[in-house]
Amino acid sequence: MNSRRSFNKLLLYIFVLIGITISVFPFYWMFTASTLGESDIFKVPPKLIPDGNLFNNLSNLMDNWPIWRALLNSIIVSGITTITTILFAALAGYAFAKYKFKGRELLFSSVLLIMMVPTQVMLVPMFITMMNLDWIDTYYALIIPHLVTPFGVFLMRQQMISFPDDLIEAARIDGCNDFGIFFRIVLPTMKPACAALGIVTFMQQWGNFIWPLVVVSSKELYTLPLMLSMMVQPGQVVQYGQVMVAAVIGLLPMLILFLLFQKHFVSGIFGGSVKG
Amino acid sequence: MQTQIEKSPELAPKQPKQKKKFRLLNLSPYVFITPYFLIFAVFMLYPMIYSFVLSFGQWRAGTTTFVGLENYKKLFADPIFWDSLGTTALILCIQVPIMLTLATLVATVINSKSLRFKGAIRLGFFLPVLIDLVTYSLVFSLLFNETYGMINQALGGIGIGPIKWFSDGTWAKILIICAVTWRWTGYNAIIILSGLQSVPKDLYESASIDGAGKLTTFFKITIPMLKPVILFCAIISTIGTLQLFAEPFNLTGGGPRGETTTVILYLYDKAFGSFDFGLASAGAYVVTTIIGVLSYFQIKLSKGGEI
Repeated sequence: MNSRRSFNKLLLYIFVLIGITISVFPFYWMFTASTLGESDIFKVPPKLIPDGNLFNNLSNLMDNWPIWRALLNSIIVSGITTITTILFAALAGYAFAKYKFKGRELLFSSVLLIMMVPTQVMLVPMFITMMNLDWIDTYYALIIPHLVTPFGVFLMRQQMISFPDDLIEAARIDGCNDFGIFFRIVLPTMKPACAALGIVTFMQQWGNFIWPLVVVSSKELYTLPLMLSMMVQPGQVVQYGQVMVAAVIGLLPMLILFLLFQKHFVSGIFGGSVKG
Repeated sequence: MQTQIEKSPELAPKQPKQKKKFRLLNLSPYVFITPYFLIFAVFMLYPMIYSFVLSFGQWRAGTTTFVGLENYKKLFADPIFWDSLGTTALILCIQVPIMLTLATLVATVINSKSLRFKGAIRLGFFLPVLIDLVTYSLVFSLLFNETYGMINQALGGIGIGPIKWFSDGTWAKILIICAVTWRWTGYNAIIILSGLQSVPKDLYESASIDGAGKLTTFFKITIPMLKPVILFCAIISTIGTLQLFAEPFNLTGGGPRGETTTVILYLYDKAFGSFDFGLASAGAYVVTTIIGVLSYFQIKLSKGGEI
């Protein structure tokens, strides 16, 4: 029994080791390549140890591409849409999970239905809508269509459906109104779900590529992924050192954000409310 | 309020009935869904309807002329459309099952009590989630470069290769599958992990009191409790794979000879390459229908899920 257990443990750690290597190595290579000179990136055998060219690559990047502007644009677009998505999705998710109202089934089916429709599929009519609103090449086009996602509503509804009705009833008996119940009782216990949705949304917007590709044409409105893709388009002289520096700059905010919010994934969804 | 309290002994049995009636007329749920509904109506529902109209028309400089089923006929007669659909289906059928199995495995491993260095391990597995699609496509194009890439150099070291990741259609598809799996396994693991953590601990406790082994607990408690979550992952992965775009666009450019052109890449080319908005809209509706049918069967197949 004991040896079998340690054998299982060994298997567990081997699985972990292989998995981690596969998932981390591309990052290591990305950071390393950002510090290498252009000719060292495609070397045989590969150069795996960081070199001192990071700031050289960075200053070349700053000369050729609006990297800081792109970073700022990505932060503005992702930040705003994340906050509104959490709030609006939680509101709607709560209504779908805990109220019986006329049209609920139909509306919720429409959430599911629209979730099945890829945003890419709506690209053409959305593009024409943007033209009609005269929003092409503006922040409006980048932000407003993404203020809330059906995915968010679905996720929130799934999380809130298991929220104990007793707690809501108790609050109602204590004289709390519907908005009070939502903001003071339900939402605080949904912090892990909000954090999860927040990170997913921020990530989605941070990496949103096809939409900026379609609605943005001026360099001032480039988001990071769009700028990166433009850097390697046919016709460009591709400088991989600069590309990798830009990639690292785009990755760092996500990394920091994840480290800050990581614990919300770990603590149980219900940790705070029922068990005290 | 005062009078209600006074009367309460008499009213008590009736209260539940009254409450239900009151809730039916409650306006708050409508207020709650209003922000979502506005965005939904303007930027989702309207474009969807507009797209449907467009698919029967030809768009020229802001005006649409009705052409009937012409766009659909043109679409179905285009072998490139069928190829792109086939490529997408092939990637879907191979990639999604592999990824969901891996994701469940990863989530279970991270959730297991006996594991040490949990924080670091979790971060390691989740790291690919943080990188955006364009960036990792570029990193992968470096790593898998046929002549200088690290992967082929490593494989060459053990006598394999050089593998034609970009110039052979089959290998290019495998490259895309590897890339997508690398990127999305951690994402699905996050969702499955949050499901794992919301399984009531009492269930495990009573199972262990009843003498259930680890495997039994996993298949009799964990998996059934996870069913809605895994179903959710399966649906979003299917939708995600059907809209595969950034990877073929940035990694393989749809090549070689169009062999990694996914259906969305095809539609993008039609819409913004040759500005055939009508054909692209017709294609969009075909893809939407496929997604709808697939999702319907996935939900039906795993009935009992929370939908």
